[in-house]
Amino acid sequence: MCLAVPAKIVEISGDLAKVDFGSGVLREVNIMLLEEAKKGDYVLVHAGYAIQLLNEEEAEETLRLWKEFLEKVEIVGVDEEEEHEN
Amino acid sequence: MFPNASRFRDPKLTEKITRHIKRLAPSYTIKICHVCGTHEWTITHFGLRSLLPQNVDVIAGPGCPVCVIPAAEIDAAVKLALEGVTITCFGDVLRVPGSELSLMDAKARGGDVRVVYGVGNAVRMAKQETNREFVFFAIGFETTAPSTAVEILKKPPSNLSFLITHRLIPPAMELLLGIGDLQIDGFIAPGHVSTIIGTEPYRIFPEAYGMPTVIAGFEPLDVLFAVSMILQQLKEGKPKLENEYKRAVTAEGNVKAQKLMQQAFKTVAAEWRGLGRLPDSGLALREEYEKYDAKKRYDIRTEKARDLLPGCQCHLIMIGKIKPDQCSLFMKECAPESPKGPCMVSVEGTCRIWAKHSGRG
Repeated sequence: MCLAVPAKIVEISGDLAKVDFGSGVLREVNIMLLEEAKKGDYVLVHAGYAIQLLNEEEAEETLRLWKEFLEKVEIVGVDEEEEHEN
Repeated sequence: MFPNASRFRDPKLTEKITRHIKRLAPSYTIKICHVCGTHEWTITHFGLRSLLPQNVDVIAGPGCPVCVIPAAEIDAAVKLALEGVTITCFGDVLRVPGSELSLMDAKARGGDVRVVYGVGNAVRMAKQETNREFVFFAIGFETTAPSTAVEILKKPPSNLSFLITHRLIPPAMELLLGIGDLQIDGFIAPGHVSTIIGTEPYRIFPEAYGMPTVIAGFEPLDVLFAVSMILQQLKEGKPKLENEYKRAVTAEGNVKAQKLMQQAFKTVAAEWRGLGRLPDSGLALREEYEKYDAKKRYDIRTEKARDLLPGCQCHLIMIGKIKPDQCSLFMKECAPESPKGPCMVSVEGTCRIWAKHSGRG
């Protein structure tokens, strides 16, 4: 029920948008819950309504920070990392 | 497909974060609670519990919206269906037991019960079949309630009304903290509810209850990082609110959706199946939209209902007090093909997920 699936907006027509769930699976969804949505945006779709925009830059940043963090703790370990930070 | 979705399942990063969790884990038992059926699915489907140290326990709270619908609401929908009203509902709701009958039973007895993908389908059907009366069974948490609000505010056709059973997640999390012997050490907060409500409604948990709280997404790495962030907070003794799911959740959430919900609904005390009545945990239509309230339109009185069949332990499973395999009915009298309780019906129910994946994951 709280499942929300990422999709890309390929066409907008008023309150509705045609979105691509991947592999060419297209579906019409309601975009009235979004302040602004434009062609090419990625959105989370829940029960036929786009509920939020997905931020590609934040996704990249999260992955970058995770990699950086894990590389650091692999080298210095947990306690040493704290000392290092302090 | 979101371009980097698969990278949130990266095996190398998974291996490293798992090692880090093992290094962070204390010697005593830690209980981390999530409150989302989709998180339970991720954890079980990807076998994440097997990657965690044995003393880091992840339990499932009341995060299955279908499971928490009180039997009285199912009874109301069944009654309407048998009286000739067309009930439209999500597929998951069909087999949820009422006191005596489910909506599937009502359908078998000639009731017109139709599965829809969302409330928009119900509106379209009502517009097309003006000679029939329609009711949309509006269930779900903050993720789903905005879509109901959209259609209510757009003035739906006069032959459509709504059985509003929306529930709110933060009050349910607060309930868990009041259960003395549950002893939760941290919360994984639900990512998709949070896309709507933002981060602030959870601030009470670290600040008033000293509870580490991390909002998390639904890929395996999202959940594992949330676990490591909670363990780090516990290690430092500094509970705080963190947002791991920044690609979808902002501090303010979806402000437009919140405004639409506030226009259509007021917050009320509400019943949760097997858990009782929780203050400020449900939504009801505001006075100006009461003409769309199915309970008022058809003068439905909430009668005494039976939430749990004898032996069913869904009320304990929904608060994480016991695991599905600790219920004596699990995979014996109660199985996906013959569910006795709501937790075995919904694809987001903990019992159903464990049944499908043959265990804890």
